[in-house]
Amino acid sequence: MSTPIIETRDLHKWYSGVHALKGVSLKVETGEALGLVGDNGAGKSTLINILSGLHRQDSGEVLVEGQLTDIRNPKDAMRLGLETIYQYNSMVPLMSISRNVFIGREPLKWSIGGIGVLDERKMRDDSVKAIADVDLHLRSPDALVGELSGGQRQGVAIARAMHFRSKVMILDEPTNHLSVKETAKVIGFVKGLKAQGVTSIFISHNMHHVFACCDRIVAMALGQIVLDKPAAETSIEEVSEKL
Amino acid sequence: MRRLFKLSLQKPELVSAVLLIVLALVFQMSSNAAFLSLDNMRGILGLLPETALVAVGVTLLMICGEFDLSVGSVFALMPMTMAVLIVGGWPFWLAVLTGLALCAFIGFLNGWLTIRFDIPSFITTLGMMFMARSMTVVVSGGFPPRIKPGEVPSWMFVGFVDDGNLIRASVLWFAGIAILIALLLARTNFGNWIRATGGFMPAAAAMGIPTGKVKIACFMICSVLAGFAGMIQSLRLNSFLPSIGEGMELQAVAAAVIGGTSLAGGIGSILGGLIGATLIRVIDNGMVMSQVDASWFKFAIGALTIFAVVGNAWLRRRGRAMKVETDK
Repeated sequence: MSTPIIETRDLHKWYSGVHALKGVSLKVETGEALGLVGDNGAGKSTLINILSGLHRQDSGEVLVEGQLTDIRNPKDAMRLGLETIYQYNSMVPLMSISRNVFIGREPLKWSIGGIGVLDERKMRDDSVKAIADVDLHLRSPDALVGELSGGQRQGVAIARAMHFRSKVMILDEPTNHLSVKETAKVIGFVKGLKAQGVTSIFISHNMHHVFACCDRIVAMALGQIVLDKPAAETSIEEVSEKL
Repeated sequence: MRRLFKLSLQKPELVSAVLLIVLALVFQMSSNAAFLSLDNMRGILGLLPETALVAVGVTLLMICGEFDLSVGSVFALMPMTMAVLIVGGWPFWLAVLTGLALCAFIGFLNGWLTIRFDIPSFITTLGMMFMARSMTVVVSGGFPPRIKPGEVPSWMFVGFVDDGNLIRASVLWFAGIAILIALLLARTNFGNWIRATGGFMPAAAAMGIPTGKVKIACFMICSVLAGFAGMIQSLRLNSFLPSIGEGMELQAVAAAVIGGTSLAGGIGSILGGLIGATLIRVIDNGMVMSQVDASWFKFAIGALTIFAVVGNAWLRRRGRAMKVETDK
């Protein structure tokens, strides 16, 4: 069996006295689409926050491609190829699409000590290309993200992750607050990831969305994994019962 | 074409730029052409760089989503510190650098306290406003230091650079600094981080931007600019008083807001801050030139501030509502 792209071993996390993660061990195989489900407070977000560098575990280990790693901040996670897309947290509405695509990873013409002049032409051209690559068609990279619909925003966020060649895309409730049509679009994006060989972790509390695009289902309840099965071998009813 | 119109509607400094032109024309007429005369321009251009420098710093900080009420006190503390050191025998340039370093330290403290203890910068800098003002008086020892004209190279900052005695060196200093800061904001990755941090902090943080450091840097730039402006004013008047810059903090906020900067962060431009500061000076001066009772000055600034914010919000909404295809 190949090395899992992400492996967690016995992760524990306490939040001001609450034991939010109680020994979570999980292997994510390269190229799979993993659906992570659970009720509010089940520990899904805690697990994701650790993988994306927003929080650190109190004990336990995280391995990326077999290497023991210490993810101290979001930059570390991105460097390792783990990119997280939040329900509405990953774009600045007041900024243009091309600026948003490159936030924190701006191409520079020249720089001194990490601060330098933006290569705006490259930002524009690359963002148009990146967006077209995920089959989203926006006319101008200068339009403000605030003018896009929710589904389009998620599309841009996914395009951004693809552009930076992320190996694992973590989608944290990407379909929340979206209309039926937009949800279908986002699920389409996730299916597209699989076709391009990108591993994805899709977090949602909507079972239908998860079953529509994932090939393995992991369910969490009260900080522990309570079910881990290929999607074909389980059903919405079985998963619901476990939660 | 429509797209261009839509974009210009969303330019935050649009309202104030139009107002500035209209007011200049009105004052020109009501003052019998004295307003745009060389003599009067000299007066406006003498004071403008000082207030505009402060406004530019405050604008930058507000775009980053924070606020600085201590700029007026720092405006007084920097030249006072510098003057006391010079009287104490320090070389001029070393005294200047020490003064500016002190400003940078105050800016750092403002930022660090705000971020570290997660308190509103309104409170941090309100406290700093009192503390820095008090330090100014303490440093002066109650007696304003006296520096003889010619003892320090003030000409480098406030001397006239043209034959007509119209433009002072301070105008050039201001122009250079303002262009630098405008480029920093518009053309660099750091500017991108400032806008992202002020625009929507959770997204900026999730994308790995060191939002705390970005804010602290903006606090420091803001303080240094305020101190530098205070130094220019003190050198121009050749007097070092502990009371200068009082009330300046709110005028700077007014200038930023009039120039289209949002109090909530993320929106604004350096050019807007400059236009806002100019508008305030023009109103101040134009009312005097038109022989309007000067007691109405603050009323006018207040009304203008409210008008500018309402006008900007309305234009932005109109601009956004204008249908331009974004989806093919």
